[in-house]
Amino acid sequence: MDKKKPKKVFMQGAIPPEKIAKSIANHQSKTNIGAHSIFLGQVRADEIDCKTVSAIDYSAYEEMAEQVFHEIREDAFSKFDITCAHIYHSLGEVKTGELCLFVFTSSAHRKIAIEACNYFVEEIKAKVPIFGKEIFEDQTHQWKVNK
Amino acid sequence: MKINIKYFGMIAETAGKNEEILEVDEGIFARELKARQIKTYQIADPESVQLAVNQNLNTEVELKEGDEVAFLPPFAGG
Repeated sequence: MDKKKPKKVFMQGAIPPEKIAKSIANHQSKTNIGAHSIFLGQVRADEIDCKTVSAIDYSAYEEMAEQVFHEIREDAFSKFDITCAHIYHSLGEVKTGELCLFVFTSSAHRKIAIEACNYFVEEIKAKVPIFGKEIFEDQTHQWKVNK
Repeated sequence: MKINIKYFGMIAETAGKNEEILEVDEGIFARELKARQIKTYQIADPESVQLAVNQNLNTEVELKEGDEVAFLPPFAGG
């Protein structure tokens, strides 16, 4: 059931830490789970040419991105014996220190949960059409590129 | 025939628009449209630009009336 439903990934602005706590709480009734793995992407105050990043403004080709997220989920469920997986990514402005990506995988055992979580993060960074404008403290900007 | 074009991120900024409808000749390939628009808007670092035709990454496809072609700069999610 869980893997077939198309899920809404994007949310406006930063991901509140309370959402992570709530997601964990929501899984306490699923007692076949023995391990969760969580990845949190946080906006870093990079210093570039003596200027400091104060926020990233995220945009996306949303229709394609939702489709690619769905394909990544399908692949992950076929590769890993996970119980469930949740992904949230920010759109719009996220300030330094705030969260922009939340990946949450659950399995009976730790290795699978950790490997699946890592798989999601790498696939998202490589394949999803999301773009980030790094805004500096003086309001100039440059475009972020994933390494 | 008409093609719906979308620009994202740095490319939208350079082009000064998020989308446009272009009238093109029948039989044009996605890669030809890519070269044409890169020249028109002087888009920097053309090697890094990917095209999605109807949401699939592919430049070796012949375009059809009403296709949606997205010009995508490098991805920066996460």
